[in-house]
Amino acid sequence: MEHLFSLFIRSIFVDNMIFAFFLGMCSYLAVSKNLKTAIGLGIAVTFVLVVTLPVNYILQTKVLDANGIFGIDLSFLSFILFIAVIAAITQLVEMAVEKFSPSLYNSLGIFLPLIAVNCAIMGASLFMQQRITKSPADPQAITSVTDSIVYALGSGVGWMFAIVGLAAIREKMAYSDVPAPLRGLGITFITVGLMAMAFMCFSGLKL
Amino acid sequence: MSELFSKKNKDTFSIPLGKNNPITVQVLGICSALAVTAKLAPAIVMGLSVMVIVAFANVIISLMRDTIPTRIRIIVQLVVVATLVTIVSEVLKAFAYDVSVQLSVYVGLIITNCILMGRLEAFAMSNGPWESFWDGLGNGLGYAKILIIVAFVRELFGSGTLLGYNILNYECIKSTGYLNNGLMLMPPMALIIIACIVWYQRSRDKELQENS
Repeated sequence: MEHLFSLFIRSIFVDNMIFAFFLGMCSYLAVSKNLKTAIGLGIAVTFVLVVTLPVNYILQTKVLDANGIFGIDLSFLSFILFIAVIAAITQLVEMAVEKFSPSLYNSLGIFLPLIAVNCAIMGASLFMQQRITKSPADPQAITSVTDSIVYALGSGVGWMFAIVGLAAIREKMAYSDVPAPLRGLGITFITVGLMAMAFMCFSGLKL
Repeated sequence: MSELFSKKNKDTFSIPLGKNNPITVQVLGICSALAVTAKLAPAIVMGLSVMVIVAFANVIISLMRDTIPTRIRIIVQLVVVATLVTIVSEVLKAFAYDVSVQLSVYVGLIITNCILMGRLEAFAMSNGPWESFWDGLGNGLGYAKILIIVAFVRELFGSGTLLGYNILNYECIKSTGYLNNGLMLMPPMALIIIACIVWYQRSRDKELQENS
């Protein structure tokens, strides 16, 4: 239980997908103009992460691993398998949302299918692959399906915090007088840089 | 042969280097640009890998473009890219193991690098293989260019070395009170250096400025 809590808090603040690893930057910069869509995308990313990571965890330990059902190390296939799982699940999620909640589907629009190419999701799978081999005592270790779900939830929530924070700042920044060449992209980069510096104060956090 | 090196192909190749740079103008592929640039060597390897992968993925998708059903094109593109990335990753592990350890997950993340999907969707799906090859090469090189500039500044001022060779860590420089700026090695500085590049480029070229 303690391990799960530590893993959750660490993946939100210390190993934040945006501020520590810069994953999912493309959609982060493109969709953060408006607070409402930012929250919607944050929820969608968290959801896809929580669904894909346990599946990839089971694939990695039961199929790709040397001790898996084939008995040989197939980890060179991990890129293709992981991306196929992510793309398939995104497609399923899209169809499910379209069927059961048309209003949410309309508000998310193009961002739902684009989640498949969000690096945060692939990145989380690849980090998980690295962390499986760590000893269970390590606070970063992911050694069970529950661990992988908690890690996915933490990473997703951290990503959502980051995008909601940036969207709020950008909405306010519309009223400020930014030098013309910095408008749009430039000032957004600097804002993210300053936010990342602020998040660096969590880096020594021990739980 | 002259047709193959026509003016149009040269433009397809050279415009992404400056006016339509994938990082500073199209805002694609930022993730890896920020994460691998603390040292120059991994940045160069990353730039080269992306260049090779974009060029070949562009050619393959462009050859297949008439046979891919539109509904599943994203998955087809992802599979082509994932195959190329797997090959590059295995080659790196075999011939440049140290660098591939430094790049860690970011080699795998080339799959989800938005430059690839962006170029495949915007260019390779509607152009012939030869043009697509030049487009991929140009965009890869434009990406590598920014990576190398950022990594050059960060390694020089952050650790006082370039490609691991000592540049600024001598007694005569230290005795004047110069210190390496540790902040340069931290992730946030990468963002701010890219912001400075964007600032420089947009103050030179007024067309690129945004109004909002």
